[in-house]
Amino acid sequence: MHRILAIIDRDLRKFMRSPTLMFASMLFPLVQLVVLGYAFGGKIRELKVGIVDQDRGMPTVKLREMFEAVGANARTFETSDYTDLQQAMADLRNGRISAVLNIPPNFSRQALAKAVPEIALIEDNTDNFAAGALQGIFADLIATYNARGSVPRLSPTVTVSVVEVYPYVPYIQYLLPGTIVLAIFISAMIGGGIIFIDDKARGLHEGYLVTPITKLELILGFTLSGAAKAFMSGLVLTTMGSIIAGIAHPLEPIRLLKLLLVIVTTALALISMMFMLMVRVSDPLVPRAIFGVLNTLLFFPSGAVYPINGFPLWMKVISTIDPFTYAVHAFKSLLLKNTPLMAISGDLLYLSIFTTIMIFLATKLFRRTL
Amino acid sequence: MDNRNKGAAIEVDNIRKCFNGFCAVDGLSFSVEHGEVFGLLGPNGAGKSTLIRMLTTLIPPTSGAARVNGFDVARSPNDVRKCIGVIPQAMTSDLELTAEENMLIFAKLYGVPRERRRPAIESLLGAVDLLQWADKPVKNFSGGMRRRLEVARGLVHEPQIFFLDEPTTGLDPASRVGVWEMLMKLKKQRDLTILLTTHYMDEADKLCDRIAIVDHGKLVALDSPLKLKASIPGNNILEVSFSEVPDGWIDKLRGLPGVQSVKSDEHVFRINTDNGPQTTVAVMEVAREHRLEVTSLSVQSTTLDNVFMFYTGHQLRDALQEAPSMDSRFMYERR
Repeated sequence: MHRILAIIDRDLRKFMRSPTLMFASMLFPLVQLVVLGYAFGGKIRELKVGIVDQDRGMPTVKLREMFEAVGANARTFETSDYTDLQQAMADLRNGRISAVLNIPPNFSRQALAKAVPEIALIEDNTDNFAAGALQGIFADLIATYNARGSVPRLSPTVTVSVVEVYPYVPYIQYLLPGTIVLAIFISAMIGGGIIFIDDKARGLHEGYLVTPITKLELILGFTLSGAAKAFMSGLVLTTMGSIIAGIAHPLEPIRLLKLLLVIVTTALALISMMFMLMVRVSDPLVPRAIFGVLNTLLFFPSGAVYPINGFPLWMKVISTIDPFTYAVHAFKSLLLKNTPLMAISGDLLYLSIFTTIMIFLATKLFRRTL
Repeated sequence: MDNRNKGAAIEVDNIRKCFNGFCAVDGLSFSVEHGEVFGLLGPNGAGKSTLIRMLTTLIPPTSGAARVNGFDVARSPNDVRKCIGVIPQAMTSDLELTAEENMLIFAKLYGVPRERRRPAIESLLGAVDLLQWADKPVKNFSGGMRRRLEVARGLVHEPQIFFLDEPTTGLDPASRVGVWEMLMKLKKQRDLTILLTTHYMDEADKLCDRIAIVDHGKLVALDSPLKLKASIPGNNILEVSFSEVPDGWIDKLRGLPGVQSVKSDEHVFRINTDNGPQTTVAVMEVAREHRLEVTSLSVQSTTLDNVFMFYTGHQLRDALQEAPSMDSRFMYERR
């Protein structure tokens, strides 16, 4: 019995003397509860819908008023007007908007002729949650429009035909971009967190600090080597994962080059963030303890498993600064839509600026002395 | 090219390092000449490692100054780093890498030109008898081999001044002797100035031209081993214990022929004498007169341990027993 008590005594004493470990072990389930609780199944709002009104007749005015009312009240979607269908389609393909509602030139004429006027909802169907939400709300709106007989003496039966821009995207494909970013993150966590702190605790850094190496050289060295390891991990996941998930033509050279660029940029952003977080840490337990919390806080708000439009405001704030968000968006654009580089330029720019800030902060915080 | 500073290799001027009111190094001053092997001798927690960390730019001094090869450690740390080699107390080689890879990485860190790296590494691995193990991972090395590799690693950029923090701690006696011989060989070959810390008396005696005895962060004695030994009274030390100790016994012993000084530790008396045999006979005589039994007696020549005892008032091994608590406090406060 004494021996059992001795083991319990020893373990509890160590635990009570590790505030980081105590804090992390209690905080992690709470973070997971809150983040996961809001990360799935929220009501999707503020999707961007472009309206191309090629008719501009009286019957379309009421229709558009109804759409704008939804934008102002329920805020499921926000409308923006396009004069040119091609421009709207280009923005749809580049991910600037989630759908295009096309009102054809003969809409009023058909309505007046008591034919069945048809409008088209052209959707970015790579996000099944968002696409489903849009289809639902537009079906409701048109039903209401038809039931109210909004414009007397006109045909009450407007129909919506849904056009999906891309082939059907199964959930495994939807999940793939987030999984690639997660693989890069795990590599960064091991290289930039666990191994970095273990080496520091073993005294290896003391050997470096007595050499004439500068703070920036050390941080850049650690960052680039960590990024190289994370890159390999990202590359394996991108190629193997794409094949397993059934992405069409994943190894097409131009697309692969764009993917490599995103992998490199993501790896640099995540490893530099890790060094910034760990630069003052010396306890090997810390990176292990915060791994789960960081993973939950970065992965789920990024839109990897559910659209950001369904999140509450505080999670949207996290997703706005979360580098995962931009990396996941870039991978989604390339893997699911094969967009041109321009469509992910914002993501690459954010990740590059993020990396620069993280390296700057890590260098500032790094202590050249013990 | 000789990049030596014309003055002393190392100059330490009233240097202090305090952590939350506790001064690990408390106003040390000394200088080390070029080509000298200088030892800092003291127990764990005496402040040796803190001092060496200040001299190698790893921690800034609280006050005072130190110059290494003419460069101020606080104002020109990078100039200091370029001309020193350092072997920290912890084994800091990468276990997963080979001996040669470890050396190569440090050659790059020190900016050794590409064409000079391979010859320098081969020459140094040869000098520390590790050439045949050059391509083997360090994780397979014994403690002595790892320490020898670290010595070679610290010299890869041909420094003028070499700092070694307890280079043989944790090594078996044979490995310790191996490291000593290697250090002496390297010193002669490369005309190095060496500052080493140790808590081994024999190591300091064998290797050092001069020794600074440090206790509780202060310098208590500094000279060559020979002069330090000569500086304390007596040529021999008698350690003697008796079955019982009558009142005034210590004064009785002090009056015996040849006796210079007597210190007691309960029943054990430590007698410094300039005539060991004569004093031994006198001790036996006086014990018989008082009907006391001599329970143990040993006669030895003066050692650095006696020197340490004389100057600090306690034995090095006593200080070692106190050391862990002080050491852990120091480590905690550094974080």
